[in-house]
Amino acid sequence: MINNTKTIIQLASEGKRLDNRGLLDYRQPIKIETSISKSAEGSAKVTIGDTVVLAGVKMSLEKPYSDSPNEGGIMVNAELIPLSSSEYEPGPPGIKAVELARVTDRGIRESHAIDFKKLCIEKGEKAWFVIIDIVPLNDAGNLFDAAGLAALAALKETRLRPIDEKTGAVDYKGTTDTPLPLLKETLSVTVGKVGNHLMVDPTVEEESSFSARLTVATDKTGTISALQKGGDEPMTIEEVGQIVDIALDKAKFLRSIMDECFKNKK
Amino acid sequence: MSEILVENKTVVIPGEILAKGMDYLPGENTYREGEQIFSKSVGLTSISGRVIKVTSLSGPYKPKDGDKIICKVFDITLSGWRLKTNTAYNAMLNVKDATRRFVRKDEDLTKIIDVNDYIVAKVIRVTSQKLIDLSMNDPDLFKINGGRIIKINSQKVPRVIGKQGSMVSMIKKFTNCDITVGQNGLIFVRKRDNGNECLAEKAIKLVEKEAHIGGLTERVETFLKSETNQ
Repeated sequence: MINNTKTIIQLASEGKRLDNRGLLDYRQPIKIETSISKSAEGSAKVTIGDTVVLAGVKMSLEKPYSDSPNEGGIMVNAELIPLSSSEYEPGPPGIKAVELARVTDRGIRESHAIDFKKLCIEKGEKAWFVIIDIVPLNDAGNLFDAAGLAALAALKETRLRPIDEKTGAVDYKGTTDTPLPLLKETLSVTVGKVGNHLMVDPTVEEESSFSARLTVATDKTGTISALQKGGDEPMTIEEVGQIVDIALDKAKFLRSIMDECFKNKK
Repeated sequence: MSEILVENKTVVIPGEILAKGMDYLPGENTYREGEQIFSKSVGLTSISGRVIKVTSLSGPYKPKDGDKIICKVFDITLSGWRLKTNTAYNAMLNVKDATRRFVRKDEDLTKIIDVNDYIVAKVIRVTSQKLIDLSMNDPDLFKINGGRIIKINSQKVPRVIGKQGSMVSMIKKFTNCDITVGQNGLIFVRKRDNGNECLAEKAIKLVEKEAHIGGLTERVETFLKSETNQ
């Protein structure tokens, strides 16, 4: 219920934030921890300031969809549990959880980040489906970017399970070294508009003061794969241009943290 | 035979037996069942003479007559405003309790206080059904403009205020901010010239985090001194 909109707008006009950050600064620390779950095929925990998000990847053998018989698929599910914020209640996913799942899903799906054809085992019969679960442990704002980072880190970490040759079933106790066929690394950056100012990595209070926001998913080459606009107010073409520039720049920054994390791991 | 089963200043949980026998009396946040005294909430025990009470460490704010609280308007009715109080219950502010000037029957109430505005108000009535009535008829009650509102655990409010307001006046002095502490866990901070709202917020969060550890005032003072280079 806390909302300091007037102060946030006033501070933004001076280029400041409630917590003394600049408008285009991410909170610190940004941490990516991988392999945190034993039972998942890939998992990651991402911390941005006080926001903590878990992502887990499970692989399952399913029958491909009839319109793409030689491709696997992806499903993203997000659950906003009451543990993460007093705003959330138990029960079926609300509009916020659905949006979080769909924005994360779209970034990965529309950039063709995963080579779905390579996931097919038997045309029209059997293919790997990637199931990504996103669970925030603490919602202190900017779940979109944290979920995007966590999903990508978990996908990079994913190793396929062996398939039992006799029964054709997945051996969930076994492990292989086969990674997911990842073609691109898509990350999303959310930029919010408050007054006439743009800012990244909002806290919960800042999020509630946004009149509009735009989530931009880009890959390493800077190609935009998905956009999601939220909030009541419109944006001008110039603002969208600025937001894309900011998003590209910030995606580079987040990517460098991701690369650092995986380099240390090796 | 009566005996106390817990030591002074230990953490207890709801349902924990604090004492046996009729020689002891249940105080705040405790209750008697049969010959035993149980804790009602998570908190620290405090034994004084024959009375055992528990000081809550967590839990929601319970509205009380005379409390100064900070609330947010979410609805306007014919006769006043409805407000969120950071509890399970909403409060009502009547037009006659909001302002001293005459308000015409057809006047636009949003001109006085609008939806989403925050006010500092006093609880004047709480019914058994938890209907809360508020008043702004006091010089230190006002509509909030600018500054920032911080939310803390309402059980830590007494520590933020300190003995005779010592803690809050120390934070005010070092950060050059006006601070109004609402009993419901919302705190309003606004800087004066060259004030530092961020530092005040950090100090308040520090008090909230370490409220249960002794020597709090000294630690907060050291923190404020080191941050302001004094």
